[in-house]
Amino acid sequence: MDLSINPILLVASLMVASTPILLAAIGEMVVEKVGVLNLGVEGMMIVGAICGFAIAVETGSPAVGFAAAAIGGAILSMLFGFLTQYLLSNQVATGLALTLFGLGLSSLMGQSYVGIKPPSTPKLDIPLLGDIPVLGPMLFSHDLMVYVSLAIVAGVWGFLKYTRGGLILRAVGESHDAAHALGYNVILVRLAAIGFGGACAGLGGAYLSLVRVPQWTEGMTAGAGWIALAIVVFASWRAGRVLLGAYLFGGITVLQLNLQAAGVAIPVELLSMSPYLITILVLVIISSDRNRAALNAPASLGRAFHASS
Amino acid sequence: MKKRTLLLTGVAAAAIATGAFADGHAPLKVGFVYVGPVGDGGWTYEHDQGRLAVEAHFGDKVETVFQENVPEGADAERAMTQMALQGADLIFTTSFGYMDPTIAVAAKFPDVKFEHATGYKRADNVSTYSARFYEGRAIQGHIAGKMTKTNKIGYIASFPIPEVIRGINSAYLHAKKVNPDVEFSVVWAYTWFDPAKEADAAKALIENGADVILQHTDSTAPQAAAAEAGGVITFGQASDMGEYAPLPRVSSIIDNWAPYYIQRVQAVMDGTWESVDTWDGIGPGMVGIGEITDAVPADVKAEAEAMRDAIAAGEYHPFTGPINKQDGSVWLADGEIASDGDLAGMSFYVEGMTGEIPN
Repeated sequence: MDLSINPILLVASLMVASTPILLAAIGEMVVEKVGVLNLGVEGMMIVGAICGFAIAVETGSPAVGFAAAAIGGAILSMLFGFLTQYLLSNQVATGLALTLFGLGLSSLMGQSYVGIKPPSTPKLDIPLLGDIPVLGPMLFSHDLMVYVSLAIVAGVWGFLKYTRGGLILRAVGESHDAAHALGYNVILVRLAAIGFGGACAGLGGAYLSLVRVPQWTEGMTAGAGWIALAIVVFASWRAGRVLLGAYLFGGITVLQLNLQAAGVAIPVELLSMSPYLITILVLVIISSDRNRAALNAPASLGRAFHASS
Repeated sequence: MKKRTLLLTGVAAAAIATGAFADGHAPLKVGFVYVGPVGDGGWTYEHDQGRLAVEAHFGDKVETVFQENVPEGADAERAMTQMALQGADLIFTTSFGYMDPTIAVAAKFPDVKFEHATGYKRADNVSTYSARFYEGRAIQGHIAGKMTKTNKIGYIASFPIPEVIRGINSAYLHAKKVNPDVEFSVVWAYTWFDPAKEADAAKALIENGADVILQHTDSTAPQAAAAEAGGVITFGQASDMGEYAPLPRVSSIIDNWAPYYIQRVQAVMDGTWESVDTWDGIGPGMVGIGEITDAVPADVKAEAEAMRDAIAAGEYHPFTGPINKQDGSVWLADGEIASDGDLAGMSFYVEGMTGEIPN
């Protein structure tokens, strides 16, 4: 058995592979925290992927591309927000429709972008930190979006835990009637969260099309949005565990491909299912503690709110 | 009453085998079931080009419908049933995993003709068709063996089915022939289409020292990953993928389904359609070899083209003995040529390959 896998390269590609699902999952976590179940993550990701790709190609700037992806994802999520919050449509059905709509819309928008190379996203060259022997190339030589995604996770965690805004957001998710009685605008809070979720999903999609692959192909998210949804549930709606789940999933995906490439004599079937198995296993174990996972679910998740009821 | 008469007329028309079409009656409806999106730039793209060629050829005598991104399995059965119920007369199901669903749906609609790509199960109303991609793989193997500097060739495989294993063996045999030190690492992606995973697999292989990447998955993502890494060559799969030429893509296998599709649609119109098994290669034009770019040294290019022409003319078969199986047992004696039956069910690596084929 030849263990020729370079751990430095492995950790570096782990972070790149995990970033799209991390971004999508952290956005969806906020949406679910506020009591809304948006199953349209896949659709918002792929629209973000093409928005980001198209704008980056047209302007030559990946940064503008990422901004456009966030806006694109947020606009699409507002469609979901309008339907579910004002017209009180069923969230599950609307979310599924959003995914189908997003997939179709993105292939329409992407017609003329097949086979084009996007401008490359520069890797940050952090002085000092990047020069640390092993850790430098592992952790401090990525493009900006990797750190932005980590900052978003930290920001979401801090916001939900320490700020008044976070408390309001959680209150709306736990009991929208109580929050309404206290004078908070339930629909506005929910729309803001849905928009944030859409923007994050859009960023995740653009990370796929601009950095990880990098190209535009129809249907290129290939189920990443659904993985993100699953990670939110297994992470029992906690920001730290979303990070853990996304890195675990991305990490083992990359590791199993590397093990195969290095010709390690482990049955391929086991390797291929390992990302799913291990992620589920670890997150089940950590959420089986004293706080049972089910108790962590926002109490109003998926329920429609109308002020008159 | 009138309705019934109409129906009867319809049945009669069908019974005298579609003479009605020429009389300006309803156009022949042809359905296509795709495993990926039509814009994948590879496998499904080429099938859709075939569909468009059918439309262009027959004009308003045909009506085509297609459904993309149909997962292999139960959902495929639903998609095919729906097409049959909507009145499709001929349905092309274009992925290996549609084999059992196609047979099952075909049994329920005996009057609808089915054409299943790359499978081996037939019925009275189910034909199979495939292309001898391994002929193209032999040429790729030759170029890869000549051009690799690290002697490591990465292969992104999809599912462990005979079609894919044939390709690996063919490429390996011909790389080994010109470069005895060559090693193949195979990564099984367990998907036909997942750009992110395909790109990750390509990166993992490149990080492990491979400087040639062959792919048997459908998207252009490995090409992009190789372009990003630099110093790596690739081959277009199913489609030319010419936007990555001259480097990393140095050549390609192009599937050309259009002539076959046109011929089969014509057969239904003429009432001469029969259940057959078609397996064509470079000679009849079902497999095309994309332009070999100038990144390939002139002598290697000449050799590759000579091999292409020899295969097309039927003078050379990529699986010509002596060839041993991975366990050292004899498969083909000196000068013996593999039978189509052996090739169709190939489930073993040839001698020299490392690793095991997953079950």
